[in-house]
Amino acid sequence: MSTVVRLSGVTKEYAGGVRALDGVDLTIGRGELLAIAGPSGSGKSTLLHIVGTLDRPSAGTVEIAGFDVASLTDRRLSALRSQHIGFVFQAFHLVPGVSARDNVAEGLLYSGLPRARRRALAADALARVGLADRMKHRPHELSGGQKQRVAIARAVVGEPALLLADEPTGALDSASGEAVMELLHDLNREGATIAVITHDTEIAAGLPRQVRIRDGRVVADTARGKVAA
Amino acid sequence: MAPVSPRTEGASRTRLKAARLSPRDVLHVGSAGLRSRPVRVVLSALGIAIGIATMIAVVGISASSQAQLMRQLDALGTNMLVAKPGEGMFSGQEVKLPKDAPGMVGRIDGVQEVGATGDLKQSVRRTEKIPKDETGGIAVKAATERLLDVLRGKVAAGTWLNAANGRYPSVVLGHVAAERLGVTEPGQQVWIGDRYFTVVGVLGPMPLAPEIERSALVGWAAAQQLLSFDGHPTAVYERSTDASVRQVQKLLAPTVDPRNPQNVDVSDPSAALQAKAATEGALSTLLLGLGGIALLVGGVGVANTMIISVLERRHEIGLRRSLGATRGQIRIQFVAESLMLSGLGGLAGVGLGAAATGVYASSGGLPWVVPLWAVGGGFGATLVIGTVAGLYPAVRAARLSPTLALHAA
Ligand SMILES: Nc1ncnc2c1ncn2[C@@H]1O[C@H](COP(=O)(O)OP(=O)(O)O)[C@@H](O)[C@H]1O
Ligand SMILES: [Mg+2]
Repeated sequence: MSTVVRLSGVTKEYAGGVRALDGVDLTIGRGELLAIAGPSGSGKSTLLHIVGTLDRPSAGTVEIAGFDVASLTDRRLSALRSQHIGFVFQAFHLVPGVSARDNVAEGLLYSGLPRARRRALAADALARVGLADRMKHRPHELSGGQKQRVAIARAVVGEPALLLADEPTGALDSASGEAVMELLHDLNREGATIAVITHDTEIAAGLPRQVRIRDGRVVADTARGKVAA
Repeated sequence: MAPVSPRTEGASRTRLKAARLSPRDVLHVGSAGLRSRPVRVVLSALGIAIGIATMIAVVGISASSQAQLMRQLDALGTNMLVAKPGEGMFSGQEVKLPKDAPGMVGRIDGVQEVGATGDLKQSVRRTEKIPKDETGGIAVKAATERLLDVLRGKVAAGTWLNAANGRYPSVVLGHVAAERLGVTEPGQQVWIGDRYFTVVGVLGPMPLAPEIERSALVGWAAAQQLLSFDGHPTAVYERSTDASVRQVQKLLAPTVDPRNPQNVDVSDPSAALQAKAATEGALSTLLLGLGGIALLVGGVGVANTMIISVLERRHEIGLRRSLGATRGQIRIQFVAESLMLSGLGGLAGVGLGAAATGVYASSGGLPWVVPLWAVGGGFGATLVIGTVAGLYPAVRAARLSPTLALHAA
């Protein structure tokens, strides 16, 4: 099995002494769909930021798509994100006043692809999340669930090795939330590697693998058959 | 377990290199913030627009006035000299030029035309009932026929003195004199000495000889017959070829009065106009300073707007970093935004300044001149201001931690 993410002994201490992660070991293989679950404040977002190379650990090693993150400059980390990692946020973070298609195309802005190609791929990605008829709609003309699907299209338009979603259903009603989870399942069936962060145990239970963290430690991982204490 | 992916890790390892943004993409990300807040763009570009407009207008108006004077100088020529009696050796002593001075001057090499006037101790009045000493600042002079040509003057109405009208008492008025006497057209009569003279002509403006504008001119012979003129000229005007002006200038005094050349003052009336043109060209430092202050305040306004823009768009910055933007690309985005903001102000300022110059020029009948160097300099200044004002906010934006920037507000 090829490995997309390999964390070992990852610790993150924030200024002020908060230890958000404490010796986390985590391996994610290509094509996996997993939940990273835990109560609020347990360190899930911190973990996502480190896996997404937006932040560096205080100790431990992080390997993403075969690259040792510690050895990369900020420039090369940026390139790693643009080529290999897609993010979906609870708050969508769409650019206001810009059409759905252009929002998705922003996902390829830093890839070096020419503009026409970016727009063509954006149209494909929007169609793939079921929004072929909403290309020209601007964010304020879309429902919450549609906005999150636009954000997912933006995250996957570059076909990243890894898709990271931080509470993707957190701002949605349950019906739209289910539709978004269904979309993530579909994308996974098409080959995408996806990590979903959630504090919702029900959502976590619906995914093939669950990693539970509490107080910055992995307390259960169904892939390893470990069970919470 | 996973299906084979088209991206193998070995291949991607060698390709991990941040792509460059094309100029068009820089324009796109730089203008995104401006497009979403048009009112703020107008307000924050206003300071720069006012500063640039002031500077362009100051430079444009003075350049237009200068161009007008240069045009005038071109038309009037810079090859005319005037010889007048100077101060005598003993103060109060009256110095006279020899009667044959105009003829002598005409024989100098290079001299093409000579004219002369002689002051008369007379006053000109609308009627005989007005007291004699109310001159109204108008001088009465005898004039030779060639005078008008030498001065390149124009008759605004009527005719110049000539042999035909010289037979009866006739006078030509400078335009200031005509206005002061209330003479509006030829044919009216004015009182000089002990009789009425008929006004046969009124002259146009004489920038090279303002003293003629305030004179009533009588023919040389008529002055001698009717007004007891002694025939001594008090001003000899000559035109020479351009090449011989300096030489003529040296010879003029010794030629006019070979025995007492020190009694002769030689002057170049075009020099005064040239000096005036030079002062018109010198810019008003006060107004330029005010423009500079407006520009400075405008620059601070742009910097302020940019700092606010960076604060407001923390999420966007975090998002772009997560999409793979490098710090340099974030920096470029905000510097480009700042450049566009001040560039818009500069563009508007150049337009406003040029328009203001145009209004001033057309209302004063001047040529409309906006020097290219001023436009280029003004626009260059806005680009410098834009870069300086945008640099600090851009650096701050680039240094933002992506995780903090993404944190939901
Ligand atoms: N930038 C930060 N500075 C200081 N402490 C932080 C920062 N971000 C998170 N923390 C702390 O780290 C812990 C884990 O936070 P987080 O990873 O956001 O948890 P979760 O996403 O599971 O709710 C919390 O105690 C939080 O207060
Ligand atoms: Mg969180």
